[in-house]
Amino acid sequence: MEAGMSCLTNPPPFWKNGPQPGGIYNFPNSSATHSNTSESQRSAYPIVTGTSVLGLKFNGGVVIAADMLGSYGSLARFRNISRLSKINDSTVIGCGGDYADFQFLSSVIEQRVIDEECLNDGFGFTPKSMFSWLTRVLYNRRSKFNPLWNVYVVAGYQDEQPFLGYVDKIGVAYEAPAISSGFGSHIALPILREEMEKNTNMNENEAIALVQRCMKLLYYRDARSLNKYQYAVITKTGAAIHGPVVPETNWEIAHLIQGYE
Amino acid sequence: MASTVAVELPHGGFSFDNCKRNALLEDKGFKAPKAYKTGTTIAGIIFKDGVVLGADTRATEDTVVADKNCEKIHYISSNIYCCGAGTAADTEMTTQMIASKLELHRLETSRKPRVCTANRLLKQMLYRYHGYISAALVLGGVDSTGPHLYSVWPHGSTDKLPYVTMGSGSLAAMAVFEDRFKPEMEREEAMKLVQDAIRAGIFNDLGSGSNVDLCIITKDKTDYLRTYQEANLKGVRQGTYRYKRGTSAVLKTEVKKIVLEVIDTQVKPQAMDTD
Repeated sequence: MEAGMSCLTNPPPFWKNGPQPGGIYNFPNSSATHSNTSESQRSAYPIVTGTSVLGLKFNGGVVIAADMLGSYGSLARFRNISRLSKINDSTVIGCGGDYADFQFLSSVIEQRVIDEECLNDGFGFTPKSMFSWLTRVLYNRRSKFNPLWNVYVVAGYQDEQPFLGYVDKIGVAYEAPAISSGFGSHIALPILREEMEKNTNMNENEAIALVQRCMKLLYYRDARSLNKYQYAVITKTGAAIHGPVVPETNWEIAHLIQGYE
Repeated sequence: MASTVAVELPHGGFSFDNCKRNALLEDKGFKAPKAYKTGTTIAGIIFKDGVVLGADTRATEDTVVADKNCEKIHYISSNIYCCGAGTAADTEMTTQMIASKLELHRLETSRKPRVCTANRLLKQMLYRYHGYISAALVLGGVDSTGPHLYSVWPHGSTDKLPYVTMGSGSLAAMAVFEDRFKPEMEREEAMKLVQDAIRAGIFNDLGSGSNVDLCIITKDKTDYLRTYQEANLKGVRQGTYRYKRGTSAVLKTEVKKIVLEVIDTQVKPQAMDTD
């Protein structure tokens, strides 16, 4: 009788060398050191990505353009996504990099715009305030080792002046008359810079034509680009996103090429 | 104990004997000498009458400009020239080697050398070294079969195209080509296009800079235009800190002779030591 009672008050362990019930168990053969489950998860790499965004100031406004492709590595997975987002009538942002992070930040921005509306004090987001806010957010995320893996191009019209800025996932931020991210910086930026030097006072149509030329070049030489893009024009009268545009491409030189030697 | 009877024939190709030792030394902290790279924007196009080759003139050693005006368009034969990007020594020696082989070939065959021959020789050599010879070349020329343009990559693959660019500034130059290239351009138009492409590389790529060199090869002649355009002129000094003569007034002049005692004077011819 006594032996039976001791079984109830002092039960033997369920098993040896196994997980404790109710405790965290580290599997014996796991090589991954994910044992410390800290609250901050680290962004290791982007999944669905957007490629370059181009931006150009002209006399009386700004034009920015981005193609409509979301690449899943080397797969052209989403061929009709918009990487431009109109914040209000004076600001448009374009985004390259991880699309999920862009969607997240877009929803945050949308909520903030609604909150601003609710305050009903006549103030809204200006391009410069958006630029400044984005820089702070991105830099702070990077400082916590959890970046939003994006490149933002902020375009707008403020104080009778066009505004064009660039913010990176590491918090690099600058303003310039011609901006391009990713591959665009190697291919389109030389062309944009040269044309701006030749024609310092471009009008809207010339700027749009130049951006179209550059988007075509990017389609030729960027292996993660698409033949379909949107562009946004912001002037003192307002902001509008145009597109999708499918530029004409010339493959005639194919007839000149035969063999490799 | 090398025997004089059974002589070991020298093995061709790269000698990898020191690789293990080098890896060990690098682990211990020894820094290997840096390769003298050329950075570079080089480009070539085929136009109506022939080929136009262009190159910038900056040679970099990491972040320092080692040579502000180096020659990147190398002679292969009178009708074939080759621009080189990558390690400067590799492009120089490779093109010299192939130029020498081609000259011997020309003497053997009594024919003007063909561009495809130079191409074959280059790719066969570079492939043998499996990319360790870091030479990325733009080879162009005009021979009996017409104008030809090739790009040769360090691992030995080649492309035969109407327009090519290589080097760190190749994307900037290629953007210009893709924008404005047309088949059968005139000479002046072609020169302007190549010049603009190299300029795009010079001003937008940090590994390229200084001046533009051009080489126009046609059936009858070759124009090697060294420093076709000085894209980056050195600034002219605005003023000088030199004081003009007479700024300080001279009050008195006195000339004193220093008297030297001559001890010994000897002038003796000495025969050359020819033992």
